Amino acid sequence: MAPLTRQQTFKGEYAIELTDVKKSFDQGKDFILKGIDLKIPRESLTAIIGFSGTGKSVMLKHILGLYEPTSGKVEVLGQDLSELNNNDLTKFRCNYGVLFQSAALFDDMSVLENVCFPLDEHRRHLKKDQVIQIAYDKLKMVGLDPKHFEKLPSQISGGMQKRTGLARALALDPEILIYDEPTTGLDPILTEMVDNLILETHKLNQGTTSVMVSHDLAAAFRIADFIVMLDAGRVLLSGTAQDFFKSDIELVKRFVDKGMKH
Amino acid sequence: MSADWVLKTAHGMDQFFFTIKNKIQNFITLIGEMTLFGYDSLKLLFAQPYRYGEILKQMEFVGNQSMGIIALTSTFTGLALSFQVYLGFKLVNAVNLVGPTVALGITRELGPVLTGLIVAARAGGAMAARLGTMRVNEQMDALDVMGVNTKQYLIAPRIIAAIICMPLLTALFDFMAMFGCWFLCIKIVGLDQAIFFEKISETLEVTHINEGLFKSAIFGLLFGVICTFKGFHTTGGAKGVGEATNRGVVISMVSIIIIDYFLMNIIRIYYLVSGIGRGF
Repeated sequence: MAPLTRQQTFKGEYAIELTDVKKSFDQGKDFILKGIDLKIPRESLTAIIGFSGTGKSVMLKHILGLYEPTSGKVEVLGQDLSELNNNDLTKFRCNYGVLFQSAALFDDMSVLENVCFPLDEHRRHLKKDQVIQIAYDKLKMVGLDPKHFEKLPSQISGGMQKRTGLARALALDPEILIYDEPTTGLDPILTEMVDNLILETHKLNQGTTSVMVSHDLAAAFRIADFIVMLDAGRVLLSGTAQDFFKSDIELVKRFVDKGMKH
Repeated sequence: MSADWVLKTAHGMDQFFFTIKNKIQNFITLIGEMTLFGYDSLKLLFAQPYRYGEILKQMEFVGNQSMGIIALTSTFTGLALSFQVYLGFKLVNAVNLVGPTVALGITRELGPVLTGLIVAARAGGAMAARLGTMRVNEQMDALDVMGVNTKQYLIAPRIIAAIICMPLLTALFDFMAMFGCWFLCIKIVGLDQAIFFEKISETLEVTHINEGLFKSAIFGLLFGVICTFKGFHTTGGAKGVGEATNRGVVISMVSIIIIDYFLMNIIRIYYLVSGIGRGF
């Protein structure tokens, strides 16, 4: 693996802080997020879990600055996102690396070009061969065979697409890595592969804060060191896996029971 | 007339006007949103990083890849229009005016309008479909979170490519349509070639050609903004992409025909006021 060159700038205790975040899409008639208070520790691997429709994706979009909260505050790496204008927010997003559920690879670019893309955009001082070298290193880091590098995303398997998506997310050595339901719709073998990849990537990229949104409770307990459970737009419980096993909250118990059976 | 009937009728009329009001309101809102969308996107052309490569790529797609279809349709349009005009003018013994009549009609009206309709359907539809697919496949979200301004990277190059390519394609349309007209008049019907060209040069002015080219640039702006707007705001998976493409193309085509009428009048007023274009 190539040595990481990222210079850590943020030294606070929490990489992401949400304070009483509320979100309504219909002028306050109905709230999707009903006052989220959440602190995600820096350098942790945090899993955000919950049933469908509990506001996980909406919360994630607030963290990414794609949605503005109706009220409340979202701070990422000590920066209040509401204080940033559109241009600054666009630049600030270089601190994120995101692996989407569908991998979201650009279908008119090869695997290698997909990983080169963020480097071409934000590391303009680098020469083309340096960009390609970094992209090669990232693709090898996620375990993709070089024989697939020149293929289009449609010519590789779902697992390889996830690996490419992860390599692209890692291209800029982001401070925060976000996994948006990375294993939804995958078979058990591929699910385990992706879970291991997340864990391995987190260990290899020292200093990175990883946030994984997932339905997969077993994976969350296995790989995450901090877990947040959402229910009906609120944080129901946050803590370690042990805190969840010990919890007396009925919904948490049910979720844990069901999750561990699968 | 019972009081109940009066109340029902009043309620029905109330509903009718309420629906009309809503439709007008939504229409005005949509125009406003599209205008802002186009303005926001185009002003990013002058912000760094400059996207010349993307503009060239889109110009290749909108312009170069449309040349074949434009050349083909324009030649046959010229042939068909010339034949119809010839049949009419033959009745009044004015066949020598077929050339100038077709030239004026093609350069000022049919050239820009038909080019606009064809390119809106081909390139505009493809733009809406491509952007819509990128939206539903999370590729646009990926660009957003990679710190890439999607309007600057995806929208502005497409709109500017449409604005630049439309006059070029219209010029090609004009040329090929006039070739069709020449072929029919000289090679099929057997009119005198010297008179054909003399009459055209007497009637047609550069201003008339410019008028068509100017209108075509406006049509490029129109379908560029409409189709990218529809694609950019696609929701609802594959069905949504289909709807966005369909609406983008239909709204573009209808807008081109409606705006053409208003542009024609504005340009005519300009001719009358300035005295150029011989006032027609």
